[in-house]
Amino acid sequence: MNNKNHRTLSGAAAINEAIRQSMTADSSTILIGEDIAGGAGLGGKHEGAMGGSFGVTKGLLEQFGSLRVRDTPISEAAIAGIGVGAAAAGLRPIVDMMWSSFTPLAFDQIFNQAAKMRYMFGGQARIPVVLRMAMGAGLGAAGQHSDTLYSVFTHIPGLKVVVPSSPSDAKGLLIASIKDNNPVLFFEHMGLYGMKEEVPEEPYTYPLGKARVVLEGSDITIIAISMMVPKAIEASVILAEEGIRAEIIDPRTLSPIDYESMVASVKKTGRLLIVDESPPRCSIATDIAANLSELAFGYLHAPCNRITCPHSPVPLSPPLESAYIPSVEKIIAASKRLCCV
Amino acid sequence: MHIADFDRGMLGANAIVGGGIALAAGGALAGQTRESDTVSVSFFGDGACNQGILHETMNLASIWKLPLIFVCENNGWAESTPTEYSTSVSDIAERAKGYGFPGYVVDASDAQEIYDVAGIAVARARNGEGPTLIEAKIARMVGHYLGDPEGYRPRELKEKARAKDPIPILESALIDTNALDATEVSDMKSRIGIELDEAVSYAKDSPLPDGADVDLGVYAE
Repeated sequence: MNNKNHRTLSGAAAINEAIRQSMTADSSTILIGEDIAGGAGLGGKHEGAMGGSFGVTKGLLEQFGSLRVRDTPISEAAIAGIGVGAAAAGLRPIVDMMWSSFTPLAFDQIFNQAAKMRYMFGGQARIPVVLRMAMGAGLGAAGQHSDTLYSVFTHIPGLKVVVPSSPSDAKGLLIASIKDNNPVLFFEHMGLYGMKEEVPEEPYTYPLGKARVVLEGSDITIIAISMMVPKAIEASVILAEEGIRAEIIDPRTLSPIDYESMVASVKKTGRLLIVDESPPRCSIATDIAANLSELAFGYLHAPCNRITCPHSPVPLSPPLESAYIPSVEKIIAASKRLCCV
Repeated sequence: MHIADFDRGMLGANAIVGGGIALAAGGALAGQTRESDTVSVSFFGDGACNQGILHETMNLASIWKLPLIFVCENNGWAESTPTEYSTSVSDIAERAKGYGFPGYVVDASDAQEIYDVAGIAVARARNGEGPTLIEAKIARMVGHYLGDPEGYRPRELKEKARAKDPIPILESALIDTNALDATEVSDMKSRIGIELDEAVSYAKDSPLPDGADVDLGVYAE
């Protein structure tokens, strides 16, 4: 290992690097979306000055030019549809949907077009498009900017759904998503952008459909999604002090999903807690609970538990928003309850 | 309804009214990005002209000067609703003006007129001048679905529509101008008939799928 492999990157920089390396490797990879460059058409210091709402796509216009990096009008349905159509015609578009909460504007293009084209046209279509979007509560951005929504898209056959929980995972999973020949929805939690860790410089991929065992333990399995992973890690430190050794599993991708790794863990621990920043109904937490109840019932010493958001929109008021997001305290309390401590 | 032939660049017909318009723009974007001379064409009916996706796509195609042709086949009816009731303009082609590109109204029973206007649109697309909207006006000859009793439509309108059937009109025009003679026209019709019969037989003779394959092909490798 050389020194370059020991550099630290933020989540935003890791995602930028994944896009940059993918666009360098493959000229059919393009980037479209709202405000991904900024100052479109003005040239000089203004054009490209924004680089996305969170600066994630900064510098890409400068490097790859305006044919391959295109700011769009605010037209989510057309942006998604054009990305899907360009994918059907052989490009590998990366479409920036800005916020997960905006994807419902493009729902037909994602649900009826992208997801179904391959199946409905007898396997002729290949739709290698990645729809990237920011998500998550915690910024005080209220009900139309903070939804996670990954459960909605996990419900749809034909889509892949990726939920990275760290900068290095984000890079490896994004490069894999861009190389994948299916429509992939890539959910970037707000908390991920500022998170820093060591990220290898060379391009690499993590397979879609393979969970990561974040922490090994023997007493309880905690399945945590996206920014619930760092919270589960924080809880595990306190739990360890009380003699509870938690095993933390990050599914990394919700579609496909790696139930096998989860079952293997539950067989070892006999207790299961799922932590998900979504409303609880018809959600990924509920899906995992149902599946593991079927697949590992005989190994469970207690009913599986879920910690989710309430069945409400994301609130604006700070005390309400912090009550909305699953907390470290709730993870600790539920784990202790399950382990009868 | 759900036909597609990707090898020929046909990206699929849609059950969602207007659902394929942005996909065609994606094809145009692919052509433009590769700097090829391909032109994309989106076909839709008057029913699609009030869908938001058409308006979003017309704007985007215009600002990016995509090599795209919007072809609206206006037969006066979207299912049971007359276009004059549902649509704010009498010529849908006018809407192109609002997005900064030309719109043409053509008589869809006149093949030569369609050919000429399509040529203008293709030339604009290839010259980097951007999209064109062609509104092809025609009267609807059949119901919305097979066996539609069409209680919502005056019978005389349907009879008038038959008189404007573009195919016999084209036949007569070709014979009148000595481009083809009557025998060539009837040979052509029987060749097409045979081809269609063969396609139907092929479909009928093909084995039905095995139920075990129900979730085959949802994802690409």
